[in-house]
Amino acid sequence: MATQDYDGPILEIENLSISFFTRLREIPAVMDFSVTVQPGEAVGLVGESGCGKSTVALGVMQDLGKNGRVVGGTIKFKGQDLGQMTMEELGNIRGCEIAMIYQEPMASLNPAMRIGRQLMEVPMIHQDMSETDAYQRALQVVTDVKLPDPGRILNSFPHQLSGGQQQRIVIAMALMSEPSLLILDEPTTALDVTVEAAVVELVKDLGKKYRTSMLFISHNLGLVLETCDRICVMYSGEAVETGRIEDVFDKMQHPYTQALFRSIPLPGADKNSRPLVAIPGNFPLPHERPKGCNFGPRCDYFEEGRCNSNKAIPMAHVEHGDRHESRCLKFAEIDWDTPVIEAEKKEKAAIGEVVLKIDNLKKYYEVAANAIFGGGNKKVVKANETLSFEARESETLAIVGESGCGKSTFAKVLMGLETATDGEILLDNKAVQNTAIEDRDTKTVADVQMVFQNPFDTLNPSMTIGRQIIRALEIFKVGNSEAERRTRMLELLDLVKLPREFADRMPRQLSGGQKQRVGIARAFAGDARIVVADEPVSALDVSVQAAVTDLLMDIQREHKTTLLFISHDLSIVRYLSDRVMVMYLGHVVELGTTDQVFSPPYHPYTEALLSAVPIADTSVIKKHIVLEGDIPSAMNPPPGCPFQTRCGWKSKVSGGLCDIEMPPVREIADGHQVKCHLSDEELAGMEAVIKIAAE
Amino acid sequence: MGTFIIRRLGQMLLTALCLTFIVFFMTNLTPNLEKLAKTQGNFRMSDEAVNSWLSDRGYLAPLPYKFGQWVGVAPGWTNEKTDNVGQTVVTGRCFLAATPVEDRAQFCGVLQGFWGYSSVFKTDVDALVAKRLSATGKLMGFVLLLMVPMALIVGILAGMREGSNLDRTLSTFSIASTATPEYVSGVIFIALLASSKFGISPILADWGWIDTKTLFLGSAKKAVDDATFRNFFLPVLTISLYGMGYIARMTRASMAEVMTAQYIRTARLKGVSFRNVVMKHALRNALIAPFTVIMLQVPWLLNGVVIVEYLFAYDGFGRLLVEAARGNDIELLMAISVVSVILVLLTQLISDIGYVFLNPRIRIS
Repeated sequence: MATQDYDGPILEIENLSISFFTRLREIPAVMDFSVTVQPGEAVGLVGESGCGKSTVALGVMQDLGKNGRVVGGTIKFKGQDLGQMTMEELGNIRGCEIAMIYQEPMASLNPAMRIGRQLMEVPMIHQDMSETDAYQRALQVVTDVKLPDPGRILNSFPHQLSGGQQQRIVIAMALMSEPSLLILDEPTTALDVTVEAAVVELVKDLGKKYRTSMLFISHNLGLVLETCDRICVMYSGEAVETGRIEDVFDKMQHPYTQALFRSIPLPGADKNSRPLVAIPGNFPLPHERPKGCNFGPRCDYFEEGRCNSNKAIPMAHVEHGDRHESRCLKFAEIDWDTPVIEAEKKEKAAIGEVVLKIDNLKKYYEVAANAIFGGGNKKVVKANETLSFEARESETLAIVGESGCGKSTFAKVLMGLETATDGEILLDNKAVQNTAIEDRDTKTVADVQMVFQNPFDTLNPSMTIGRQIIRALEIFKVGNSEAERRTRMLELLDLVKLPREFADRMPRQLSGGQKQRVGIARAFAGDARIVVADEPVSALDVSVQAAVTDLLMDIQREHKTTLLFISHDLSIVRYLSDRVMVMYLGHVVELGTTDQVFSPPYHPYTEALLSAVPIADTSVIKKHIVLEGDIPSAMNPPPGCPFQTRCGWKSKVSGGLCDIEMPPVREIADGHQVKCHLSDEELAGMEAVIKIAAE
Repeated sequence: MGTFIIRRLGQMLLTALCLTFIVFFMTNLTPNLEKLAKTQGNFRMSDEAVNSWLSDRGYLAPLPYKFGQWVGVAPGWTNEKTDNVGQTVVTGRCFLAATPVEDRAQFCGVLQGFWGYSSVFKTDVDALVAKRLSATGKLMGFVLLLMVPMALIVGILAGMREGSNLDRTLSTFSIASTATPEYVSGVIFIALLASSKFGISPILADWGWIDTKTLFLGSAKKAVDDATFRNFFLPVLTISLYGMGYIARMTRASMAEVMTAQYIRTARLKGVSFRNVVMKHALRNALIAPFTVIMLQVPWLLNGVVIVEYLFAYDGFGRLLVEAARGNDIELLMAISVVSVILVLLTQLISDIGYVFLNPRIRIS
């Protein structure tokens, strides 16, 4: 193939339409989609789940499964139409010229095949490389993706690596034959923020090194800003806006793009003075799309008769900017500079008495070293180490940290699903740490409730919504008769702003955001005073997140609830919490008010976390800190400070104290405590991580 | 791994002990003993005669004590009796009347290697069980050799393209084969292939393609000692077909699931050819689930062959079991249950170990 001396665009997608065919109907997944990727360019494809962005990627790979088919348009790779190719020609391009990186690294690697084999396969198929050459190549690429001890890695099975390492292997696999085009399908969604930052950094560097073009699919605008040159925003199967990053981020020309940016928490947003603006309504299902503009029913600028006429709306060029296009009939008429109509400011509820006091809480697990074959030595996992803090009425305390830091374990102990190893949990001055949930009285159970991460799995699929809430009421002994409970259930639906008809619906008829509202209603069924929200919005789409967050805040204001908000998403934490607790490997490394935690001095880990969070704002300048390596295992924590293995400030502490001694908890300002050996001068000298550039 | 195997063996002994006790209890119920006395002695025995027959042979001792004798931890029964000549004759569990006094053993049970005497077959239980077990073992071995590869091939071919015509055809075939009981398929095979009047044998004989009257033999009696393709193929085929469908269905389901896994997509989009996707990436993962099922089929084969053994007049373990049960042959039944327990647990042990080798996620660290 004459691929070497081709210098046109790497990928040209023109008016692509893809449909899935079911027994009932044809479901158009992608309609009239065009994008061009130039050599060395990175194009971001952004949109909510179900908008067709992954379908585009699979369309490029010509792997749409049995039901999917390209029904219109062309996909050209280096000038050749992929749709006209035979299976054999495609096989030569896949993995060699176009490679793909997937969302879930664990699922994308063959569990029963050694890493080395999986990597070596690529050049052995495409370049007819011998086994030894392929092994050398694999070693080199694994070194390129900055994995330690490549020889050992090549000889291991996927399950022996951490999530971050697995994703690096998937990236290595994609790079084995130096492809011209790399498709990344949500490559970091399953990873922790600090790992995500390192992986993104790696992808950017490798892209430059090998001059690879990239199609970067993500729902995270911040990530796209950091990695891409151009962006294409998709909504319900169509591209609605495309252009250079700067144009789309700063001079957006489509109402959906604008609404999307208004619904994500950026620095400056505040739950009381500048709340987020949620996009009203729901994402249309593919077979229920409205006439005319797909975004019409949810759009602020909707014009009857014009936006919903039968004519399809074409992409139109925007005057300024480079290849900037928008699929909106009115973009020229809309004044894009009008400030957001200020939503009503909300009164901040006064913070009340201490309701929950945690004192020196410890939770250790004993695990057998070998699960199946049993066997002697037990290992101790120290999931929580000396947690001490208080939470007050009407307060939002955020618990922040990456997976494995012990935040979910704490939630379990608080709920009574586990009992504490040591220390105290005082709920209204009553010790509850050793009472399992079965032994707690109804009042205590009703008082401490939880909203779960994944609303899709926490509702019983065979029970109506109303029945499930009434069931909770029965357990909490609310109401004396069925009729009373039914009334209360309808009130709860009102509380979470769901229509009362939903009482008779089944969970499958609800969208993710609606299910999460049911989860919230259930948690508040017994007038919960403490609600543990474990990543309540991370499984939801961006446009729905804002609405659910606002709902939680509203209920909190009304009921004076104490909210323990567990999250890894610092943007949302900054937006809604009063105080923040940062955890690492079971330890609280920093605790203070939101302002204290988000401005210097920081704990070095907080600093790294802040720097890792992608922010979708072109005016933000971030200090760049990339943490090396993975979070150590809680089964085998490092000696001394838990963070010392990855800390960038370690050299500033004299005498190697970090290696030997656990740092003491120090109060550096009123209510602001940090667990670190750094001297006061060093801490005072820290720079802010996030700066907003002067306009 | 060592401790694991030792633990498993301990578990096996304990299960064998419990199960044999239950069998012992059932076979020693009074009506069963009465029946035993009457079949062994005389059908018109009076109740007193039955009682004395039983008590002479130690059957009326308390159950735990009798069980202890069988295991070999309690002394065997002895009985002194004066015969009509006036001489005292001592009989016992562990010796014959003719055995010199100094050679008479006190304990004789399984622990001492004495498995007892079969009342139906009038021979030592251990030799009998060993012979029959080896006969059925041979049958099982050939069945596994035929059934497992056939089932895996059918299952994998069907599962690799779910919903294709090949899948539909093979699935129908495997369902049909499982749905046909052995006594139906066996009879059909005998009629079609092993009859000198019907089926294809007379035609083939007419054409001179076969020297004998029938293509296959309908009786496998001789196969116990001298198995040939001609006398042994039909029983093997009958059992294999019946067991195959089940394994094939399991393999198909497992394969179909693996083929939708993301790592298969990864492999496909790496440019791996379909053939290699199946052979290199899918196969090992798809075999994990059916492996357990195959190992579970082995104990089923041991007792499930009864019908086929009767149909083809093959003297194997299954027939032994039925005849022992019919004659309430206590010690033979006990030995059969011990063998069954050991076989079940042994196959489970093999299945667990094999699982570890197939699935690298479970490894002994």
